[in-house]
Amino acid sequence: MKALFDFMDKKIGPLFEKGGKFERLYPLWEAGDTFNRTPGDVTPSAPHVRDSIDQKRLMIFVVYALLPCILFGIWNAGNQFNIANGVEDATLMTDLIRGAAMVVPIIFVSYLVGGLWEVLFAITRRHEINEGFLVTGMLFPLVLPPTLPLWQVAIGISFGIVIGKEIFGGVGYNILNPALTARAFLFFAYPAQISGDKVWVGTAHTAFDNNPLFGTVAENIDGVTMATPLAIAAAVEKGGDAIAAIGDAGYTLLNMTVGNIPGCIGSTSAIAILLGMGFLILTGIGSWRIMVSGIVGCIAMGALFNVLPLDNPFAALPFVYHLVMGGFLFGIVFMATDPVSASATNLGKLIYGFLIGALTVLIRVANPAYPEGAMLAILFMNVMAPLVDHFVVQGHIKKRTAYARALNNA
Amino acid sequence: MASAAKKLLMDPFSDNNPITIQVLGICSALAVTVKVETAIVMTLALTAVVTLSNFVISLLRNVIPSGIRMIVEMAVIASLVIIADQLLRAYLFDISKQLSVFVGLIITNCIVMGRAEAFALQNPPKESLLDGLGNGLGYGIVLVAVASIREILGFGTWLNFQLPVGENFMGNGLVLLAPGAFIILGLLIWGQRTISKYVED
Repeated sequence: MKALFDFMDKKIGPLFEKGGKFERLYPLWEAGDTFNRTPGDVTPSAPHVRDSIDQKRLMIFVVYALLPCILFGIWNAGNQFNIANGVEDATLMTDLIRGAAMVVPIIFVSYLVGGLWEVLFAITRRHEINEGFLVTGMLFPLVLPPTLPLWQVAIGISFGIVIGKEIFGGVGYNILNPALTARAFLFFAYPAQISGDKVWVGTAHTAFDNNPLFGTVAENIDGVTMATPLAIAAAVEKGGDAIAAIGDAGYTLLNMTVGNIPGCIGSTSAIAILLGMGFLILTGIGSWRIMVSGIVGCIAMGALFNVLPLDNPFAALPFVYHLVMGGFLFGIVFMATDPVSASATNLGKLIYGFLIGALTVLIRVANPAYPEGAMLAILFMNVMAPLVDHFVVQGHIKKRTAYARALNNA
Repeated sequence: MASAAKKLLMDPFSDNNPITIQVLGICSALAVTVKVETAIVMTLALTAVVTLSNFVISLLRNVIPSGIRMIVEMAVIASLVIIADQLLRAYLFDISKQLSVFVGLIITNCIVMGRAEAFALQNPPKESLLDGLGNGLGYGIVLVAVASIREILGFGTWLNFQLPVGENFMGNGLVLLAPGAFIILGLLIWGQRTISKYVED
């Protein structure tokens, strides 16, 4: 092993460093090298910070936190397919295989195409490849329906990486969360494949259909119409009962919490998301302030709508439903906590999270054109985050000046 | 053509483009660029107005009292815009309906007023005419570029001709919205400034 490391450090490394043959490709070498080994560099001068957590570990921890959502999402995509397509001999195994056949290509395309853009910008701009992409490339597939065409995944992630991040200068300078920017692009560019009632359950007629590993597809159907709970609640007529409508469609608080319902790949299961949330909070990687205040904001706005005398059945829906329906929980745990696009001050984080929760419910209930408000609420608050920070900092300055003046006068 | 005159005419196409360098006239560039056809008609209307207004204001430049010069300029520009609008209604009624208020709003287009203030008031009629023509066409070239991208991605057509995009073509809904035009315009500006190495002061 040591001989190999020596060979890489002395023979291969210099080729990529300044003056080397492949100087332009240094970002690629650096990324591969530090991904596999701990760099041998030491800081030559003070300050020396000893901490096991660098950006690479931070980002990979977020991917660990996403694992429950990924695994559950794969199973759920397969399970929904098998139920809808009448696969009678479906087992846990066939569910997983079917789900993987739908979800893994989406994740693969997201990483491949997004990665190409990352490398291209790293080489032309001569900076290192940033680890943040590990997270972006995984978050994006998890908020897509499992039936999304792969070319849309490719242009979606391209838009997210280039317009959402690189044109601002790369990781650390982006105003918006790149994964959500990518989703918003697809949402407005090709709404038919990412919203509505027909996209949540697959009926792809592939060569696998009669492979014994996948179970037997009894009948070939052309499309499954499965409205999400949010769409159902938004469609209830005036004077109707939203709880009854959601229940009639087969959704209960229990299955919305467990997550075995149609929806975006990674965001249906509240339990899987809560596991990730616990991991992020315990390791200190995700801001608990944003998550907790976001949930409080969602409850507060939902409860406010409950008590207001509005003639809107969606408004009368008990606030607990808002927590488990749609992508809110996934968004507040994994998207809103992106340290670059969120507020940076502690008080600012509380305000930022609270407003995301409140805006999500407001958009859901008050704007029938967008049954899911979480994406728009987070993007909107991404834009507002620096403003929130500004007022928090100004508030601190004002308070301290007043204190200093009082001290002088005393 | 003399090199000074050529510079007046050609500068607005790239080095001093009213949209991508001076960032003027953005509002109409977003509004009328869903289709190439409307973009071309808008270009013709604006070019006619800015060329003639530059010419007329340049003729009057020595008799306009500086205290009321803005009002005089407005009167000239407004008269020309009304003429352009009436001509479009008479001969190109369908397109004039699609352009709706944006022909009338040429009055408020910063390029027209900007050229009158910045150029026509100080320069003789011939140069002013060339300057107006150059700026109108420089505006138009960006308009047509943005409209081409939007029409091709959004409808799969160009100047209303069906392009060979295949049956599975799916129109991109975002480029047809104003934010989509804004993003395309931004990308164009990015591209041009990368090539020309122009940096804002």
